[in-house]
Amino acid sequence: MAVKSVIEAVREAIREEMRRDPTVFVMGEDVGARGGVFLATQGLMEEFGEDRIIDTPLAEASIVGIALGAAFRGQRPLPEIQFSDFVWPSVNQLIGEAARSCYGTNGAVQVPMTVRIPYGGGIRGGLFHSQNVETHFFHTPGLKVVTPSTPYDAKGLLKSAIRDNNPVVFLEHKKTYRLVRGEVPDGEYTLPLGVADIKRPGNTLTIVSYGLTLHYCLEAAQEVAPEGIDAEVIDLRTLTPLDRETILTSVRKTGKLLIAHEDNVTGGIGAEIAALVADQAFEYLDGPIARVCGPDVPTMPFAQTLEDAYIPDPTKIATALRRLAAY
Amino acid sequence: MLDKTALTEMMRRMLRIRHFEEAVINLVERGEIVGAAHSYIGEEAVAVGACMALRDDDWMTGNHRSHGHPIAKGGNVRTAMAELLGKRTGICKGKGGSMHLADFSIGILGESGILGSSIPVAVGAALGSRLQGNDRVAVCFFGDGASNEGAFHESINLAAIWKLPVIFLCENNQYAVTSSFKEMVASDNISDRAAAYSIPGVLVDGQDALAMHEAVTQAVARARSGQGPTLVEGRTYRYYDHSLGLGRIVRDSYRDDDELEQWRQRDPLDIHRAHLIEQNIATPEELDALEAQVKAEIEEAVTFARESPYPDPSEVWEDMFADPIPLE
Repeated sequence: MAVKSVIEAVREAIREEMRRDPTVFVMGEDVGARGGVFLATQGLMEEFGEDRIIDTPLAEASIVGIALGAAFRGQRPLPEIQFSDFVWPSVNQLIGEAARSCYGTNGAVQVPMTVRIPYGGGIRGGLFHSQNVETHFFHTPGLKVVTPSTPYDAKGLLKSAIRDNNPVVFLEHKKTYRLVRGEVPDGEYTLPLGVADIKRPGNTLTIVSYGLTLHYCLEAAQEVAPEGIDAEVIDLRTLTPLDRETILTSVRKTGKLLIAHEDNVTGGIGAEIAALVADQAFEYLDGPIARVCGPDVPTMPFAQTLEDAYIPDPTKIATALRRLAAY
Repeated sequence: MLDKTALTEMMRRMLRIRHFEEAVINLVERGEIVGAAHSYIGEEAVAVGACMALRDDDWMTGNHRSHGHPIAKGGNVRTAMAELLGKRTGICKGKGGSMHLADFSIGILGESGILGSSIPVAVGAALGSRLQGNDRVAVCFFGDGASNEGAFHESINLAAIWKLPVIFLCENNQYAVTSSFKEMVASDNISDRAAAYSIPGVLVDGQDALAMHEAVTQAVARARSGQGPTLVEGRTYRYYDHSLGLGRIVRDSYRDDDELEQWRQRDPLDIHRAHLIEQNIATPEELDALEAQVKAEIEEAVTFARESPYPDPSEVWEDMFADPIPLE
């Protein structure tokens, strides 16, 4: 076991999968000699060469579209979109094409493609470097959506995503890259897509989250624990497939649910989970389903006071936990 | 021909950009400016030469490296600096930051950190001029990297078939983060691409403000008289990394020190200064006095920005719709 950062775990997963399977290749902006702006592919061009770590022009639509075509023809592409905010030109290829390929061909075509996308805010990135994009892909059947929060999960899930024969949108929260460190086993392991993880067991209420916000939930749970509020914190890890059973089992035990995410509240992941619980665990609920999420504004503003107002931080989550616990 | 006033104003605006950007570097290093800031140092002649060929009521759009564009168009340095510090008095009330100095009062229709996405916006402004029957032109500034985006090719084709009054101004500083345009662009020059759209394409020395001014003046004349768009490529160089501090994460080896030094030998401010002195338009003493004046102006802008308040957290909800809808 060694302690690693999220970005180191991501890099390790890519390296191991490229060694394991010669059809895996990376393409994206500055991924080659530079190793990507976040250094996810640092050192990989030296090992695998320019044919498998491919620098592209700024052309997101083509990066994903070309990866899709290569996936049709037996490659296992791992394209990178430099920042989630830059993904939009490629959304036609992802939502309009990749998500429909298997369904539209009655299973004749498979899309073993994983699109890695650094996302999220809290880094003073302003209007164009802070965006949460997960809900758009979560809403789209035919895509798998992965949102790890720790180095261990990031590595195990990325390896599984690369081996998956379906299009996977793999979302890495930028702020976790160097901030979150944790133990990563030295040997080979993978984690299945579609299985949530209970990061903190508890009995008083259930918190569901993912990505950076998951860590804020753990902080908030720690903060309210001395007050007798014993929160169970569930890390979804993958949004699609969604691990409904883990959520329902926990809520049936605690009777109270709070969902927290950085993406804006309306029509978000939390809305879907609230509907799920209202539908399938209604009789177990002892309080209203609470959500602590980003506000419904178009994007994260730059000024520190405004960004702080936007972010669902431990203080806001703890406040909501106390209110829910007292209900 | 530009008169003494205009030539001196050109110098003033280039000095303003240089000193503004040097102040930004200092503020980034001190942690007073947070997030990404992309320096325009080395490219001053492109924006100033181009903007001095525009009327005050002409439109323009910028990109992520756009501190220089509003200053070149005559914008206010105080509100620009305040925006970079995320203050309430900033051009966008602190919401935008470095990549969004969208000063509509001087014809800026927005800057965007998403590459290529403001190119069609400039074409739209030009279409607006046509529909409204006025002769205002639009200039879009973008880099060598953005010229590979689909939006560029779609927009330039549309502007060409509709003969719209727009100038596509590619600031070719030769690198998109770390990728050389020589490896990423199929033609030798970005201006060569104009041929594919049957419009004029001009390659200009982007270190020479007068050469930029002349090329853009011709493009503007063509646009204003209804003959359609021009693609102007200003060949230039950025002295700093893609964004300030990026080199600290890992030492970039995408370009060597010799190349940087060669371009520094052709500094756009030095070139224009030498021209003004050679042509007896200004004495070295007058130019030194001008620089001192600009420095004081920038120092005052920094003080103004520092002393300005941050936005109130409640402002996160403001200005979302033209007609505000009630929120919970």
